Amino acid sequence: MWHDIIFWILAVLCVSCALCVVWQRNPVVSAVFLVGSFLALAGLYLNLSAPFLAAIQVIIYAGAIMVLFVFVMMLLDLHHPLDLYFRFTKLKFPKLIVLLLFSWFLCTLILATAFPLAAPQTSQGFTISQIATLLFSKYAFPFELTSLLLLIAMVGGVVLAKKK
Amino acid sequence: MISPIGYSHYLILSAVLFTIGVFGVLFRRNLIIIFMSIELMLNSVNLALVAISKFTQNPDGQIFVFFVITVAAAEAAIGLAIVISLFRHKQTIAVDDINLMKG
Repeated sequence: MWHDIIFWILAVLCVSCALCVVWQRNPVVSAVFLVGSFLALAGLYLNLSAPFLAAIQVIIYAGAIMVLFVFVMMLLDLHHPLDLYFRFTKLKFPKLIVLLLFSWFLCTLILATAFPLAAPQTSQGFTISQIATLLFSKYAFPFELTSLLLLIAMVGGVVLAKKK
Repeated sequence: MISPIGYSHYLILSAVLFTIGVFGVLFRRNLIIIFMSIELMLNSVNLALVAISKFTQNPDGQIFVFFVITVAAAEAAIGLAIVISLFRHKQTIAVDDINLMKG
């Protein structure tokens, strides 16, 4: 029962924050709404009994990535007229058709799957030790590759943003 | 009475979030908001992965979410560096004005 109520509250919060991100004119306000959306998603992960991912979501997404976004907005110093940069592109009809068809396609695919409508409340999810064991045994090589990816991203970011 | 929440609800929520992200990418002019929409799409995929991971009782899905978050962090860093570099050259972040590679 509580699972359902929490799901509806968080889902409405998440979708409305996401809509605000897309509709806002000011990108800083969008960033704040994006943080709200990420926090609601973290709550949904808790609801799906994945506490580790909820913590990662709050720390990395709502913390690190959003701070990066806000820093870049500060660096850019957009003193141009707001209307020029923060409005929509021309609302072309084909784009809208593609969007509607795409969402319809996704929803029909999901409803065609065999996922039962009732969530079994008995499953306890996975403990952090289970996830860690899997990460350092079966997925040890991708984990090491991830460190390489982060190194490349760091060097690339420094090289790209450096003043010539 | 509303039907109890199942995995389909989580997947539909994920699809709705993904569609909002696609809307942002297609219709906004501001490059930074387009990046935010991409983050939204990555997050919706994460939600679907977590829901399916619980449905199949398989922790592999959560590991995938972990990797997706790492790649998203790297992507945000590189993308924002490109935005800064672009702004330094063209003094704009409106996607309509960025047509260097249009040919």
